[in-house]
Amino acid sequence: MQDLLPEDMLRFRRIEDTFRTCCRNWGYQEVRTPTLEYLYLFTATGTLTPSMLSKVYSFLDWDGWSGERVVLRPDGTISVARLYIDNLSEQELARLFYVTNIFAFEGTGKKNRERWQCGAEFFGGAKLAPDVEIVLLAEEVIRRLGISNVRLQLSHAGLVKALLKEFNLSPAEEAKMTNRILEGNWQALTKAKSTTPEIDRLMAALLGLKGKSSSFLHNVRASFPKVSRDFKSSLEDFLSITTLLDNLGCSYEIDIAAIHGFEYYTGICFQFLAAGEKIGGGGRYDKLVPLMNGEDIPACGFALYVDPLMKLLPLEKEKKGGSGILVKGQSLTPEIVKACFAVAESLRDAGHLAELDFTGREESNYRWVILVSGKKPSPFVLTDCVQKRRREVASMAEILKVVSEG
Amino acid sequence: MKDYQAAYIKLALPKGRFLSPTASLLAEIDLGFEGYSDKTKQYRLRSARFPSLSAKILQEKDIPIQVAVGNYDLGICGLDWVEEFLVKYPAGALVKIASLNYGEGGIHVVTSAQAGITSLDELSARRNDCRIVSEYPNLAEAFALNLRMRRFRIFPVWGAAEAYPPENADLAVLWGRSRAHIATQGLIPLEKLLPVTAFLIANRESLENKDLSRILMCFDSKLTADLPACSPYDFGRRAEAWQAGPQTSIEHELNIRKELKISRPSWPAKEINLALPDGHQQASTAQFLKQAGLTVQGYAEEVVRRRPSADLDWLGIKVIRPQDIPLQVANGNFDLAITGEDWLREHLCRFPSSPVKKLFALGLGTVKVVAAVSQEMPVADIDELRSFVQSSKFAPLRVASEYINIADKYLRDNHINPYKLIPTWGASEAFLPEDADMLIDNTQTGKTLKQHQLKIIDVLFQSSACLIANKDSLASSDRKEKMKFLTQKLRAGLL
Repeated sequence: MQDLLPEDMLRFRRIEDTFRTCCRNWGYQEVRTPTLEYLYLFTATGTLTPSMLSKVYSFLDWDGWSGERVVLRPDGTISVARLYIDNLSEQELARLFYVTNIFAFEGTGKKNRERWQCGAEFFGGAKLAPDVEIVLLAEEVIRRLGISNVRLQLSHAGLVKALLKEFNLSPAEEAKMTNRILEGNWQALTKAKSTTPEIDRLMAALLGLKGKSSSFLHNVRASFPKVSRDFKSSLEDFLSITTLLDNLGCSYEIDIAAIHGFEYYTGICFQFLAAGEKIGGGGRYDKLVPLMNGEDIPACGFALYVDPLMKLLPLEKEKKGGSGILVKGQSLTPEIVKACFAVAESLRDAGHLAELDFTGREESNYRWVILVSGKKPSPFVLTDCVQKRRREVASMAEILKVVSEG
Repeated sequence: MKDYQAAYIKLALPKGRFLSPTASLLAEIDLGFEGYSDKTKQYRLRSARFPSLSAKILQEKDIPIQVAVGNYDLGICGLDWVEEFLVKYPAGALVKIASLNYGEGGIHVVTSAQAGITSLDELSARRNDCRIVSEYPNLAEAFALNLRMRRFRIFPVWGAAEAYPPENADLAVLWGRSRAHIATQGLIPLEKLLPVTAFLIANRESLENKDLSRILMCFDSKLTADLPACSPYDFGRRAEAWQAGPQTSIEHELNIRKELKISRPSWPAKEINLALPDGHQQASTAQFLKQAGLTVQGYAEEVVRRRPSADLDWLGIKVIRPQDIPLQVANGNFDLAITGEDWLREHLCRFPSSPVKKLFALGLGTVKVVAAVSQEMPVADIDELRSFVQSSKFAPLRVASEYINIADKYLRDNHINPYKLIPTWGASEAFLPEDADMLIDNTQTGKTLKQHQLKIIDVLFQSSACLIANKDSLASSDRKEKMKFLTQKLRAGLL
């Protein structure tokens, strides 16, 4: 569990504001899903992996005598897919975004159980263009946040699944292997006895080499003419997307192993890394909406992880010193208190930040300090904290004039 | 400095099914405890051989939790309760040491012919809701999640899981001696989850810091190096185990049935369903039904029949645990039931808007639900206890209870703060004073409490058996008349 302090919230809001602005500019609309969802949304194959399911906070609903279980939202995408199916499926195309917290526990109790993410989902639409759109949108947010040295890694879930098929495993073994791969354990697959030297060669090429452009995939296609039809069609899909990204000047690396955690992806998968940490990821998930009893609607999306992103942003102080005004009452008499509130209100109406103080403390971290003395003919003393000048002022109009002129 | 060498070692020993074989084993390895027998009335035992070793007799279900929280260094209980705990808290403080190689049967996933489930694959693909009843809710949930079932509901029960399918559950996760034993209950075993053998378990911290070697050495000759019978279901890698596990074909099951000459039982749906309690309340309830003139065959017998028959052809009767009855009436599995007012209240504290209604008390088996503390605690009533806790002498106050929701509400209402609830499965008095500061439990005469040097500081309420009903059934146009008939008939038994 963690608290977000004022300086954390400044960084948090910067990420959120940047993300919101970018999404709106790309035509996405904001949605919010409930914190509590039904557990069954997340249990079917193709949603969350068993290891993720073992970490959800689930409990009986208020009418628990019916045995219905609810869960603290463990994932953003599945909830938004449910929202789309329940409310927006009439729309041929929906671009949605959200800022949300997700919950997962882990045995040690040391890591955060509540994490924040900024996500965008694209429902409907043709292939390829949306895939490229979400990659570029995510990249734009990261770029605008000023985070440098970011690596974009691409993989393809369809390609990985087709690759697994080449091993001719039993359905149970294949399911087991999929889970291991999603947990990042590729050794399990390389250790599995392969059927032919051809597959060994293919595995070595895919796991050993990291492509930097679509040429790499062209080379794979040329070197392995005998692969299965599924593999070929996924490779074509992957090729088309990488070619588009090449044309748009987007740099990336192809790493087939960059496919962590989510069982619902069916096409391209990507993740962003900075300073060794994963700061975001996404991909295409065409089977999720039909699996959740929706129409056969293709979809893709991504999420940026707010917690690691915050660590990458510089700390910034609240800009109070620059423009803030402190209105001080010399005493606590009803007249002075009333005058102080009136002064502060006029200042705020004029667009300034005005803070009140009746404690008499010395405070320097402001642009202006106005002392309300109530004396006639000049009831105010205005201090310019930058120029270190002090003057008596007779009226509110004069204060506003001086303050606005800076 | 704490001297771990000379420190006391505490061992948790099981009541019930494993008591006799555990007592024999301990005697055999020269680690006997005087008074560890079926007839014992005491909970605390001292080792005849090691002055620093003490033991307490606990309900088996409580042992993994008590060892995990560090109240005991070592414990012996069935692997089923160990796994039920570990599947939920795998990185916790509980360590399995070794199987002690006695025990029988296993935990199985079972279904009934009526549910129409023939394989595990079918369960994952199934789109409709699946109701799973079990005394092992964590194992049941892990099973459902690993099978990637789409819609399922788990109904945790205190016992009698075998009575629920097919009308009230599609699957049950329960103990069975063998597949044939399960088949004799009219059920089909789908999958064996784990064998039930006694297990020696330890608290991780004790194992890391405390010298337990003298005790462990006594077990030495009994510990097996490899545990073929117990390792296939390592729940740490359970995802694989589920999928790699043997799958049962329905043909095979039908063969078992043929061999055992069991015809497929048919349990036709009845218009009105009545639940009756087993256990302590059974004899007096049977007597009451007789007084009321309702003939129920097979309820007054020594061996529990889960489905006794009535002389009314529209009435279906099942015998289940009284603790489970209110929830089973709430979810519409039963229209009417007899249970204790204590368990009704426990249910209503948890689900205040539940559609269960008390019709009338039967005045049988009256007990008091009380709050009690050690006689040494210098408090006479709940107000004094509140100040006592506030003075932080006993903060947080550890409260052991079978009725966690009643206890929770009682402590909140009385502004006891802070407190910690310790759920128990009966015999809460065994927890005081070492492992709990207060208990909330039922008592008939208060004699047992006194024997254990406890004193009652408050009586929460009196409880007797009562007739309860589902409000929707009472209002239902097709059931109203028969409900009324039956209620009136039972009311006649009050005279």
